[in-house]
Amino acid sequence: MSGVNWPGVWAIFHHEMTRFFRTIMQSLLSPVLSTVLYFVVFGAAIGGRIQSVEGVEYGAFIVPGLMMLTILQQSVSNASFGIYFPKFSGTIYEYLVSPVGWIEVTLGFVGAAATKAVLIALVILLTSFFFVGVHILHPVWMLAFLVLTALGFSLLGFIIGLWAKSFEQLQVVPMMVITPLVFLGGAFYSAEMLPPFWEGVAKLNPVLYLVSGFRWSFFGLADVPVGVSLVAVGLMIAACCAGIRWIFATGWRLRE
Amino acid sequence: MTGIIQIENLSKQYGSGTKALSDVSLTIQEGEIIALLGPNGAGKTTLISIICGLVVPTGGRVLVGGHDIRTDWRAARKLIGLVPQEIALEPFEKVINCVRFTRGLYGEGPDDAYIEQVLRSLALWDKRNAMTRELSGGMKRRVLIAKALSHRPKVLFLDEPTAGVDVALRREMWEVVDQLRRDGVTIILTTHYLEEAEEMADRIGVINHGELLLVKPTADLMGEFGKKTLTIELTAPLAMIPDALSDRGLRLSPDGRSLAYEYDTRAERTGIAHLLGDLAGQGITVRDVSTRQSSLEEVFMSLVAEPRQEVTA
Repeated sequence: MSGVNWPGVWAIFHHEMTRFFRTIMQSLLSPVLSTVLYFVVFGAAIGGRIQSVEGVEYGAFIVPGLMMLTILQQSVSNASFGIYFPKFSGTIYEYLVSPVGWIEVTLGFVGAAATKAVLIALVILLTSFFFVGVHILHPVWMLAFLVLTALGFSLLGFIIGLWAKSFEQLQVVPMMVITPLVFLGGAFYSAEMLPPFWEGVAKLNPVLYLVSGFRWSFFGLADVPVGVSLVAVGLMIAACCAGIRWIFATGWRLRE
Repeated sequence: MTGIIQIENLSKQYGSGTKALSDVSLTIQEGEIIALLGPNGAGKTTLISIICGLVVPTGGRVLVGGHDIRTDWRAARKLIGLVPQEIALEPFEKVINCVRFTRGLYGEGPDDAYIEQVLRSLALWDKRNAMTRELSGGMKRRVLIAKALSHRPKVLFLDEPTAGVDVALRREMWEVVDQLRRDGVTIILTTHYLEEAEEMADRIGVINHGELLLVKPTADLMGEFGKKTLTIELTAPLAMIPDALSDRGLRLSPDGRSLAYEYDTRAERTGIAHLLGDLAGQGITVRDVSTRQSSLEEVFMSLVAEPRQEVTA
């Protein structure tokens, strides 16, 4: 990576992070508030009826799912908005005429989006300590899954931002695709709780592999083998990188 | 001779079949200011967009400082600054941060002393902490120039820098360009205005329908096309031009009520004073006079009507 314009990467990263801190109420407090509501609804109301899942208290069981839900939503929305806004305001020309290529632009925007998502997820984890007792069995793997998932979905969000031609399109994929996948991906239940047919269907959902790996890092419980979860997130990162490289090479939705 | 920019047989054809540029070749010397004139859709913006990396050419090549813009794009782009036609700024960012950001994109480390110098030279220092959305149109355009200069480019592209701005701001822009000229920056600007090109450029290139019709030193071009016409309204109509005035190149209007006299504004003596004196001497009384300069459209008409002139690139 000796040919990488690192000051260029830093300029983009710093610019994006500055925006995050400038809008701290919207960036940080809003997802935390939503998570508290999830704890109240799912943890207190439903948790009162479901005492434990596979030996883990229900309130604690949903913590990895809630963090994953936040990571996915925040990664996609931050990265997609980050690159869409310059397209909307016209400042995208700066990225196209300066000596930064797809690597620098991706590292800057995706790095910032993933950092923001990880920060918010960690704040949610801290918040959860006020509601339930959570013990993390593999903290290093937990961080690794957190960062890799944030990267994967920030890359996906980046592609959505490059593809979008309007704010409506920017919203449609996270709303219509990401959120349902998370809810159907075992964020609030174990896939083993489903009937065999639906368990098979659930395993077609890529998010299940991320939630499963992440939950394993907390409790040692997984719907699918951890190695499969790692391969899933690795494949996602590789596919997204290839897509972004193609977009920059062809100028699709960038130089039109 | 090798210039800081060498354009060789550059072409651009869009997928729709529209030919935006046809076989354009041009060499621009370091420190030169060249104005590209042409009507809307002539290919001016396409040309500079290709050089800057916004548009991919379909043929030919461009070297900037000896670096190919496609194969050695990082080195080529480091030498270039672009001020786009449309004002595009991050609305919720401070002026100084906008300039710092652009400097970073070009791979340069922080240099607040230089950024202060740039902002002061553009009369923006007092506004350094203002959000860009709070600035006037003229100030926003100057911020774009500051951003383009943030990494000390050797070549600056100004895409219609005075489009839609008032007369005072246009003058202000000309002063900025003049300062850059003194600093040795090579400037390529596109404009609709002949007057603007005349004021700033060392050479003028005329583009139409994607073809570079000619490139000439400004003085030569203005000598050829920069004529002014003095129209003299007469109190009483004339049947014909008196013999005593036949060598003045006067044209009598069909109704005999006005005379047209073409002169070169650059000439030491325009001959207007003598002409008016001679008219009085002939007993011809003048009701009114007015002048009109050849418009860019007329220049284009002349160029299109005449056989294609050789490009002196």
